[in-house]
Amino acid sequence: MSAGFVLDAVVAALLVAVATGAIAARTAFAAVVAFVAYGLVLALAWVRLAAVDVALTEAAVGALTGVLLLAAAARLRPSEAAAESELPSAGLRAAAALLCAVVAAGLAAVVLAAAEPAPTLAPLAAQQLPATDLGNPVTAALLAWRAIDTLLEKVVLLAGLLGVWSLAPDRLWGGRPGAALRARGAALRAPRDGALGLLARLLPPIGIVVGVYLVWTAADHPGGAFQGSTILAAMWVLARMAGFVDAPAVSDRRLRAALVAGPLAFFAVGLLGFAWADGFLAYPDGWAKPLIVAIEVPMTISVAATLALLLAGPPARGPESRG
Amino acid sequence: MSLALDAFTVAAVAAGACFFLAGTAGLLRFPDPLSRLHALTKADNLGLGLIVLGLLPQADGVLAGAKLIAVWGLAQLAGTAVTQLLARAARRGEGPA
Repeated sequence: MSAGFVLDAVVAALLVAVATGAIAARTAFAAVVAFVAYGLVLALAWVRLAAVDVALTEAAVGALTGVLLLAAAARLRPSEAAAESELPSAGLRAAAALLCAVVAAGLAAVVLAAAEPAPTLAPLAAQQLPATDLGNPVTAALLAWRAIDTLLEKVVLLAGLLGVWSLAPDRLWGGRPGAALRARGAALRAPRDGALGLLARLLPPIGIVVGVYLVWTAADHPGGAFQGSTILAAMWVLARMAGFVDAPAVSDRRLRAALVAGPLAFFAVGLLGFAWADGFLAYPDGWAKPLIVAIEVPMTISVAATLALLLAGPPARGPESRG
Repeated sequence: MSLALDAFTVAAVAAGACFFLAGTAGLLRFPDPLSRLHALTKADNLGLGLIVLGLLPQADGVLAGAKLIAVWGLAQLAGTAVTQLLARAARRGEGPA
């Protein structure tokens, strides 16, 4: 029994334990805390499977959903006791448990009954990788071979932001997102020069370098526009919580340009594929890498802005008010 | 020489693991939020610090060593600031204690 096996067994056991904890938790807050821990352990599991790209994404998505879910749990707290007393009937719960068990058993059967050796496109990917001038096959899959998936994901992200904005009352449409992030910072009674202010001064320079590096290095090493954008967005949220910056009005044309720059560049490169290669999102020989960089840079700006505004919430102040 | 360095690594990492164990025990057993935070910070700075110190001789190259130290430094910065904020919130009696 090697040390690696012991580590894997511990990580797998922890995963099941925190997942059970998230489901069995009595309060929404405890469930969210367990869910955040689950994301962290899951990222470790991906590292153990040598899928560092996926681990980075899991860590980024876990942090993002963790913040959103914590805010939601805090909002639900006043009505939680009432919701608790309206437990569904025993029959309904038994039916839900049965359905979950069937789904879990089905998934387990699919995983355990997979063909041996498992079907894989890895040799094909390794063979085609030189044609893209990229060193990281994950980036090649995301931006060359399956670029249409990545493009649509970014559009979905924008649609999510529109959903958040549409929660604004009519008279505040186009205004600045609420002071929720700043209020959370102020609730810690953090003066600008307190611990939060110090962190918001020291961390962003480092975070911005790390975020940009993750985007740039993705061509050859684990990283990517989404992971880098998450860090960039987190740095803005930190500065916002400390009160150093204000949220832009959502009617601001520069902000809107930043939000659509990435998908627009993606679509433009995709459409040009008809003219200079053989179809939508096809790259001409030898041009794959520069074109991918041309997509990734505006995409990073768009995704970072989208994620930051998702956390900032719907407009809750007029465009002129400051805070 | 390499045997001495390996022994140093084992000793320092084991000492660091002890701080993590003690910090976790304190987090679970101490009665109030401020004491629990106090226990947690020992795991953060001394535990992680000793583990990084122990791993330094095993790092290949100066750059890898510098990265390890940077990880410790960033954990210090974030841990210290977040502990301050949590303690402030706990003293005001809000949030789950």
